[in-house]
Amino acid sequence: MYTIGIDSGSTTTKGILLKDYKIVKKIIVPTGANPKRAIKSVYESLIDKNHIYTITTGYGRNLLVEKDKAITEITCHGKGVSFLEGDIRVVIDIGGQDSKVIILDEKNNISDFLMNDKCAAGTGRFMEVIMRILHQDLDDLDEFVKGIKPVKISSMCAVFAESEVISLLADDIPGNEIAKGVINSICERTAIFARRLPLENKVFLSGGLSKSIEIRETLEKHLGLKIVTHELAQYAGAIGAAVIGMNKKMI
Amino acid sequence: MDIKKELPEIFEEFNEARRNGFIAAKKFKESNRPMIGTFCTFMPQELPLAMGAATVSLCATSDETIGEAEKELPRNLCPLIKSSYGFGKTDKCPYFFFSDMVIGETTCDGKRKMFELMGEYKPVHVMQLPNDPTTDVSLEMWKNEIIKLKDIFEKEFEVKISDDSVKEAIVLKNRERKALKRFYGLGKLNPPVITGTDILKVLYGSTFKFDKEDTIEDVNNLTDKIINEYESGKVLDKKPRILITGCPIGGVTEKVVKAIEDNGAIVVFYENCMGAKALDELVDESIDDVYEAMAKKYLNIGCSCMSPNPQRFGMLDSAIDEYEVDAVVDVILQACHTYAIETVSVKKFVNGIKNKPYIAIETDYSTADIGQLNTRLAAFIEML
Repeated sequence: MYTIGIDSGSTTTKGILLKDYKIVKKIIVPTGANPKRAIKSVYESLIDKNHIYTITTGYGRNLLVEKDKAITEITCHGKGVSFLEGDIRVVIDIGGQDSKVIILDEKNNISDFLMNDKCAAGTGRFMEVIMRILHQDLDDLDEFVKGIKPVKISSMCAVFAESEVISLLADDIPGNEIAKGVINSICERTAIFARRLPLENKVFLSGGLSKSIEIRETLEKHLGLKIVTHELAQYAGAIGAAVIGMNKKMI
Repeated sequence: MDIKKELPEIFEEFNEARRNGFIAAKKFKESNRPMIGTFCTFMPQELPLAMGAATVSLCATSDETIGEAEKELPRNLCPLIKSSYGFGKTDKCPYFFFSDMVIGETTCDGKRKMFELMGEYKPVHVMQLPNDPTTDVSLEMWKNEIIKLKDIFEKEFEVKISDDSVKEAIVLKNRERKALKRFYGLGKLNPPVITGTDILKVLYGSTFKFDKEDTIEDVNNLTDKIINEYESGKVLDKKPRILITGCPIGGVTEKVVKAIEDNGAIVVFYENCMGAKALDELVDESIDDVYEAMAKKYLNIGCSCMSPNPQRFGMLDSAIDEYEVDAVVDVILQACHTYAIETVSVKKFVNGIKNKPYIAIETDYSTADIGQLNTRLAAFIEML
């Protein structure tokens, strides 16, 4: 039994092919300016003659004509995370366009969630923009800021923070101190936001930024809770979509 | 002649009442009767009614005039206030144009100060609304404010408003409330017979009809028709049942209702200004002092500007049970501090006491957040 889950996010589109609850294929492509083409290409690279069910999620979830069902990224994230790691009650996802906090109950169902989609300052987009200004590759973030003391970023808004960063550069502050400062700012913002919901035990961090050890450690410090993640955390939404599809088909 | 109409057609008629209402408003004015414009539900409509005037809700639910308003008002102000002010300023609201006088209430800081500015180009009277509905002092004050409004009407329009005419108006307005209550009470039926979108069309549309007897008859006929169809077995699919609470809904904020109903749930109850908030409680006809009777009813409107605000929680409590509500959506207009802060207590009440899921949605009058609204509400509904 095969199912496909595709997460069409604002920055990347992720796809998972599941065979009887085992991940047999995964793919990630940049969403770019044409999310429809990205979701289609992911679908085509996963489609298997045995596949029977496709669930899409993410902002572009309605763009794939061949989908059997579209489900929001909140639900899929929750499912995907509990597939990757057991005993998780709190999921924090720092995505490209928004960040979200999801609370799961004992049966791994979502019992509450919060979304921050009004402000870019607490999202991956902010990090991306700043790294671009600093002419650094986002994938090298950890190496770039390792052992560096953060500079204080005081702006509350990503757009103003961008000008603040430019003034900091003009003041000859090293780029890595600025990048570390931005990490600190994103994590602080995320922790304040997450605290609106009851947090307990360990927290699972997903989204593109979860790959960074610096981000995880900084967020851990601000939250005062243990943070775990998974090498496939970025795929959580797509995995969740495929798992929901599998659950539907297995009944 | 009785022309048989199908339900969707009747809902559309109500929906178009606002657009067509200005012709009705013009006709009304030609009969040489005053028109009183309001932005809120605290002003006792019985008073204008008692002097043969009509009350109309002024335009305040579109972003069309916000740009104009922002030339003077701060940008991070509630969109309802900006929209109201902009419509007045640009004369784009025919009802504002036809209104002989605008009555405001001191429901929040934004409105209070906005009315000052509006007073520069329109006759505006602001009623001083007390904030604590539970004390005798507040009741006394509100009663005095209502009497003061009567005096102003008498002077301004050179009429005499007798207690008997107020009494008559109370009875008439109560009959209208009962008709509307009976109509929105259809939301109790499970499986449902009417969508939240259609409920809103009727509640909103009914405020743009100027003859109360007509409104009562139209609404009663509609309710009868729906009950008939229900009894003949015509029902809608069962879906998660949503109660909407919070800031005023109508016009562009119907996007929230649409996002809920497009994503697989149905709105069965509105605890909003356009819905039950102002309609549920009648004016007590047995109280001899008509001003006391009106003061009691109107002070009991469960608006978040009240502190404490027991009425809102009382209504939520009973409506969640009576309407078999599965979840509560609290709609907050950007920068509406009182409703935004009250989300904390409402969430606690809905989650903790009523054991139902709750979500607060902050929105404005733009359409920029429709994607996010859909995601949030779809996820919320998937959770049910």
